[in-house]
This record gives sequence, structure tokens and C-alpha cells, in this order.
Amino acid sequence: MKIKKIIITFVSAIAILFSTSVVSLAKVVGDKIILGAAISLTGKYSSNGVHTQNGYNMAVDRINSMGGVKVGGKTYMFDIIYYDDESNPKRAAQLAERLISQDGVEFMLGPYSSGLTKAIAPVTEKYGVPMVEANGASRSLFTKGYKYLFAVLAPANLYLDVAIRTAVELNGGKGVRIAQAFEQDAFSQDVRLGILDAAKETGSKIIIDDKLPKELNDMAATLAKVKATKPDVLVVSGHTKGALTAIRQIAEMKVDVPMLAMTHCDAAKLSKQHGANSQYALCASQWHKTLTYKDDFFTDGMTYDADFTKEFGYAPPYQAAESSAALLVFKDAFERAGSFDQKKVRDALAATNMQTFYGNIKFAEGGQNVDKPMVLFQVMCDDAGKCENKVVAPLKWASAELIHPIPKWSDR
Amino acid sequence: MDFLIFQVPMLTVQAVLDGLLLGILFALIAYGMALQWGVMNIINIAQGDLVILGGYIAYFMYLYGIHPAWGVIVSPIIMYFVGVIIYKLVINKVVDRDLFISILATFGISILFMQLMNFAFGADVVLANSGYGTTMLFDNSVTLPNSKIFSAFISIVFAIGLVIYMKKSKLGRAIRATAQNARAAKILGVDTEKVYAATFGINAALCGVAGALISITFTIHPYMGLPYTIRSFMIVIVAGLGNLPGVAMSGMGLGVFEEFADYILGTEFRIGSVFLLLVLILVYRRFKLSKKREYLK
Repeated sequence: MKIKKIIITFVSAIAILFSTSVVSLAKVVGDKIILGAAISLTGKYSSNGVHTQNGYNMAVDRINSMGGVKVGGKTYMFDIIYYDDESNPKRAAQLAERLISQDGVEFMLGPYSSGLTKAIAPVTEKYGVPMVEANGASRSLFTKGYKYLFAVLAPANLYLDVAIRTAVELNGGKGVRIAQAFEQDAFSQDVRLGILDAAKETGSKIIIDDKLPKELNDMAATLAKVKATKPDVLVVSGHTKGALTAIRQIAEMKVDVPMLAMTHCDAAKLSKQHGANSQYALCASQWHKTLTYKDDFFTDGMTYDADFTKEFGYAPPYQAAESSAALLVFKDAFERAGSFDQKKVRDALAATNMQTFYGNIKFAEGGQNVDKPMVLFQVMCDDAGKCENKVVAPLKWASAELIHPIPKWSDR
Repeated sequence: MDFLIFQVPMLTVQAVLDGLLLGILFALIAYGMALQWGVMNIINIAQGDLVILGGYIAYFMYLYGIHPAWGVIVSPIIMYFVGVIIYKLVINKVVDRDLFISILATFGISILFMQLMNFAFGADVVLANSGYGTTMLFDNSVTLPNSKIFSAFISIVFAIGLVIYMKKSKLGRAIRATAQNARAAKILGVDTEKVYAATFGINAALCGVAGALISITFTIHPYMGLPYTIRSFMIVIVAGLGNLPGVAMSGMGLGVFEEFADYILGTEFRIGSVFLLLVLILVYRRFKLSKKREYLK
């Protein structure tokens, strides 16, 4: 009996040892460039995590089918090792560690959300692993002096900056009165900082400055205050929950405000869930399919939208588009570096200056993309109640004219 | 600016009305918790998750083109069976153990439910639109969404219905008897096992009703259950077990308290103020209790 036990323990010990060591493949094997990514496939970020993964996969397939990556005269294909970080920052950091030290990954793709990117960045930095991320916009990511972090998206503080500037412009250059409600997470607070900056520069006044709790589902108090003080602009940022709650309660409480600007309308599928009630809301977006940027792989936004919809059965939110763009950046950098040396790839990434279907990409010192402005779209509905998001700012890409001020509820 | 509520008198009216309507809904959830706490001596941490699950039932009806208000009928029926199944699988094994074990068990159920809902329904925030419109008072300066009024009304109907059921029906009497003295009830021929299962089922059904109402007034998300658990815990602590008018009063009180905390301290302190109140009340209770003990000595 005892001997049997010892044998079982011994065999299982070997099995465990074997199973952990056998995964230590590596980074560039044969004709494959293996990238690593910890992504939220379960947990509270799982829907955006899946958008991110779909975006990555779409780009990998496209690049591979169009000839792969040419480095030093040889052609390589992309491949990605995914792990599920369960929407948990601690787990994400562990997985990054595992990808790098056990699986031997030498190049990383980012996770979903600023919080998780923040958890992973110190790890990739420690090992000198270049990471191109597409879903962490928090300003604090770019002020830590990270050398190996590159973000294809515009930083969070620019999200609603353009809305305030537009409001001021429409007000004849005079400052406006702003009411704002932001969730207390890294991202939303960064958006808030951006608004504070814009308000200061334009001489605008913040008259309501509410912080929304994480478990928010009732904004009635904030909105009652808005009703009482009649600001010129109402700004809301609290992820999907914030966007959905705001629209529901603004409609229910008949809050009249000349301009309503928010984030995450895309992910919240605002017009789908709220129909005509969401009309006239201004939404900050990293990308919109009607933008006329071009590249050789996805042609342009409209084509990307069509291809993605065909492949995954739903229209791509910007989270997917920016994730696809991350792969294009990697391919470009590998080819320019002409090597898989991490330092050389890092330097090539830093020197990136390209256009993708998603936008221009050029990294600043801190790693953020400075060559791509945010766009604002406005939800516009026709008489039949069919709603569409139309780009209204910046003017260069506008496909419709901004409707301002928002008609009063009594006139709708 | 902070005390806008005192400068604009209509905001006070708005806050009180909002708070009352919200509080009635909380009281319904708390009533379920008080019931099973009183009968089975179990603090159900998964209470809020049952609420959210009930909300998803209404949401799916809405998705399939049925008006979500029907959820207040369908959701409790389904949730009753969910409750009974949870009882048979888990709760009956911890029902006569100490409170700590049952808290652990229901905490486990809570985590399991969160993950399962996240897995099955996705992590998107969803809501069902009732299209009920708005009631305007005082020259439009106070607005009450009809969905909130509807919620409060339905909550009251269910609460009254349950009180009558508990008084008049055979099962209701058996439940009350078991709550008073389970052993005596058993000796006198009450099938306490069945009573426990029914109690847990009724609690889940009440959560189902509340969930359906929340889906049409607020939003539903797999991870949003905990605040409801905390609120109902709080209400029951204040009201005491088996005190239905107390639950209703403390529910409405909490609703109004939350609204005022929101206006005065800021939205970010809303849930925090509930926690703080809970701690204060527990400390106060403890203080009173220790005095009593000394007296007894």
C-alpha cells in the first residue's frame, strides 16, 4: 500500500514537472513569431476582452494570409498565445510573468482596460519585452517613463476634450458652464482631468462635479441637480453602466441640456438599447468606420467593418479595431528592425510613423499615440426610429452636422 | 454648491420621493431576507445575486418581445424553483449549523451565481425598457419615472399578498410555527424540511420580483448583486426579524437616507454612507446590549 502511494506521488510529480516544462516553446520558432497576450475572457471585462481577442485574431489571419512578416529575407507568420486573466489585475501580472519566463514569449500584446495594462506594464518593462497595447488609455500609463510600452490609442484625457472645445466654439468663444459626473476608476478620472484642463484653457466653469460609485445604477440625484442648475454641457463617463443609466434617467426625468457628451456609447450599444431616447448624445470614440484612413491590409474603415461583421457576426466596436491596428504596428516594426532583437524592435516601434485603417500612428516619448485625434459622433435617429452614429467632430471627418442645442424634451 | 438641495426646495421633494420609491423596492428584498433569516437562521449573502438573476429573466422576456412588466409574474415562479433547488443542494446541509457556516455557504453560492451569470449572459450591462413615461409634479420641477412608481406599487402588492398568505394559508402558518420553535413544530407534525424549502423558495421568488422591477427601473449586470445584499442586510438589522412594518419603514428610511447622502456628501458616498450607518447601528446595538448585560449581572 505504502509503496503504491509512493509510486503514485512520484509519477504525478514527474507528470507535473513535465507538463510545465514542455510548454516552454519560444518566441520565434521556425517560421512563427509567437506573441503573448493575457486577455479578459471571463469576468467583468469579458465582452470587451472578446472584442480585443477578435480584433487580434482578425489581424493575425489577415497578415498571415497576405504574406506574413518579412524579416531578414525570411517570411514569418504571426501566432498568439492567449491566457485568460479573469479581469483580475493580479492574475494578469502573473500571466505576463508566465508568458515571458515560462513560455518564452518575447513580444506582448496588451490586455483589455487601463487597469490591467497598468498591472502588466511593470512586468514587460522588467524583462524588456516590447508590448503594443490597444486598450489602455489611462494617462498614468504614459507618465511612468516606460520604455517598452506602446499604445495605438489616444490617451484618456483627450476623450472629451473636443466636446468642451466645440461647446465653447458654439458659444462664440466664451466659456461654458459644465456639469460632470465621472466614475472613480483610473480611466474615467483621466477623462475628468482632460475636461478640467479644457475648462481652464477655455475659461469654462465646472458647476457640478460628481463622482459616481463603481456599483452605480442610479444617477437621479446628479440629474436633479443638473435640472436645477441648467448647465450648457453635461459630461458623463462611467463605462457602459454610466452611459446606459444616464440616458435612461435623462429621458425619464426629462432633463434638458444643450449638449450631452459621454464615453462608452459604442460598447453600451446605446441606440440599440434605448432607441430614440439616446438621440443627440455625443460620444467620444477612438475610431469610427467612416473615417477615411487607409492601409494595405484592411483597406479602410468601411471594409474592416464589413469583413469583421462577416467573420464574427457583429459590427466591430472600436476596441476591436484598435486591437487589429496593434498587429499592424508590430508587423511594421519587425520589418523595419529586420531582426528579433528586443532592443532593435523596441527602437523600431518608437520610430513608428504609419497610417492604418484605424488612424495614424506615431508614438510620443511616453508611448502614447499622438497622431490620432479622438472623434465625436452623435446619435441621430430618423422618423422611423432607426438610429445611427454619425461623426460630427473633428470637422475634417464629419459625416453630419452637429445638432446643437439638443431640442427640449417637450418639443420632441 | 454642495448644499444645492437646501437652496432649491424642490430638490428636497425630489429626493424624498425618489428615496421612498427606491426604499419600498429595497424593503421587498429585505423582507425576503428577514423571512428566511427568521425561519432558518441563515443570512443569505447571495440575496443580491438572486435579485440580479430575477432581473435577467425579465430582461430575456423583453428581448423576445414580451413586455418586461410580465417579468414580475414569470420571474418569481422560476425563481421559486431556483430557490428550492439551491435549498436541496446546499442550504439543507447548513441549515442547523452555526451562522458562520451558512454565511460561508451562501457566499460561495453568490460567487458561483455571479460567474455563472457572467458566463451565460455576458458581462454587458443590460436593461429592459418599459416605455412607461414620466409623471411631472409641481410645474415639471419634480419628475418621477412611472417605472419607479410601478415598482413601488408592485412591491407593496407583493408584500401585502405575502402577509395575508402567511396569516391565512396552511403553509404560511407552518412557516410561522417553524420560525417560533422548529423542534416543537416538528413534534406537532410540521414537515420542517418542506417548510425550509418553501421559505427559501419564497425568498428567491421575492428576489425575482425585485429583480424584474430593477431591470425596468435601473440596470442589470452579473456583478451588481452585492449592494442589494448589503442594503437588505442593513434594513433587517435596523428593523429586527419578523417585524414587517419595521422592514417597510426602515426600507423607506434607508432609501431617503441614501438620496440625501447623495445630495449632501456626493454620489460617491452613497453606498459608503449605508455601510457607515450599518456600522453605527451595530455599535449602538452592541453598546445597548452590553449595558443590559451589566444590569442582568
